[in-house]
Amino acid sequence: MNLIKIRQLLEASVLCGAESIDQEIQCGGGADLMSDVLALMEPNSILLSGLTTLQVVYTAEMSGVMAICFVRGKRPPPEAIELARARGIVLMATRLPMFESCGRLYKAGLKGSSEVPPGTARPGKRRHP
Amino acid sequence: MTNLSKEATKLQELAYELKVEQAMTPDPVTVAPRTPMTRLRELLRDRRISGAPVLSRGKLVGIVTIEDLIKCLMKGRTGVAVGSVMSQEVHTLCADDPLVHAVSRFQELGFGRLPVVDRASGRLVGILTMGDILRCLLKQLEVDYREEEIHRYRASHIFEDILADDIAVSFRYQVVGGDFHRAGSCSSRLRTSLLRLGLSPEAVRRVAIATYEAEMNLVIYTPGGTLDARVGKERVVVRVRDGGPGIPDIEKALTPGFSTAPDWVRAMGFGAGMGLPNIKELADEMRLDSKIGEFTDLEFGVCL
Ligand SMILES: Nc1ncnc2c1ncn2[C@@H]1O[C@H](COP(=O)(O)OP(=O)(O)O)[C@@H](O)[C@H]1O
Ligand SMILES: [Mg+2]
Repeated sequence: MNLIKIRQLLEASVLCGAESIDQEIQCGGGADLMSDVLALMEPNSILLSGLTTLQVVYTAEMSGVMAICFVRGKRPPPEAIELARARGIVLMATRLPMFESCGRLYKAGLKGSSEVPPGTARPGKRRHP
Repeated sequence: MTNLSKEATKLQELAYELKVEQAMTPDPVTVAPRTPMTRLRELLRDRRISGAPVLSRGKLVGIVTIEDLIKCLMKGRTGVAVGSVMSQEVHTLCADDPLVHAVSRFQELGFGRLPVVDRASGRLVGILTMGDILRCLLKQLEVDYREEEIHRYRASHIFEDILADDIAVSFRYQVVGGDFHRAGSCSSRLRTSLLRLGLSPEAVRRVAIATYEAEMNLVIYTPGGTLDARVGKERVVVRVRDGGPGIPDIEKALTPGFSTAPDWVRAMGFGAGMGLPNIKELADEMRLDSKIGEFTDLEFGVCL
């Protein structure tokens, strides 16, 4: 699903990264627990979160998350937007709460992290002899 | 979607995001009401512009354009001053208006340029034309991409250009304990550097997440330390050392879910006790050593 579609479904506004809004997203996830994001999120994904700290952006960056949508009308501080812009991460904001945001995307066919076929989003460990 | 309509949508989204101040020409050429039209003519010619805002004691009082000048010339009124010719009803844009608003103002008014003012003070800060908008949008589409490409091109050649039997590149980052605001910035810079060196995105992702978990631990639990990354042809090894308080029971610390994180850390989405287990899972090898009251020394490697 592409980010333009996601933006429409969530009635979200784009805070930065509009030039990359035509990217295809593999899957999505919702979390306020950054450890969960780091452990579970697949790359090329969108993260929905109610947290708006700078660390949400860093966490997304490390996990290869392409876009973050802040739910329930929350807005990140300007430093977070600047950081995301510099790192090429798309930021959006929606007034919808977490459950409804996830629900709308899931209903429209966006897969969850554990549903994408292994090998596409999650490369897994590659061990060399 | 066709490529063209894709590009068009992208431009539309950009026009919502970008602000007038990002596209405008700042500090434009201005004239005063008493500036003679002959002087205006020179200005327009020398500065290659087609109009200018009129300021009186710092206040925007009008706008005068090349059409006004032509009318003057045709009527033979060359001796007059700008004040008697300018349009006094000035439409303006605010510096923080989205570009898309500017586009619709241009369409609605049919003017070639609009002065830009600061919303709070009302002071003139720039001038905007449709040409500026187009340039800004096109630039935005290209710039980010190209800059990163150049960095990557330069850095990724190290491994090919250096003649040696083996080669490794090392970088060090200083992690400041307790500085939650910058927590993550070291791993972020390391990640960008590894991508520039041309390492595979999967390997970079594993190193980046593991390093980030380790960096967070330094910020949360220690007075700070160093993060050393060594990139060779076959593996990346990251060593994270801090100056105490040390880990009392290493086995316990490695247990998924074990955490001593205080509430304020949990409120920020950390402290689920999955950091060290996650590092172990991501790395191909890991070593953890610690002495109470002295240090913690963590090293992990990821094969390329
Ligand atoms: N560098 C360190 N210095 C001292 N204690 C540490 C350090 N790293 C981890 N710990 C201890 O190990 C525990 C588990 O760490 P971790 O797995 O990262 O989970 P979390 O950070 O979520 O608590 C921490 O709660 C802390 O008590
Ligand atoms: Mg931790």
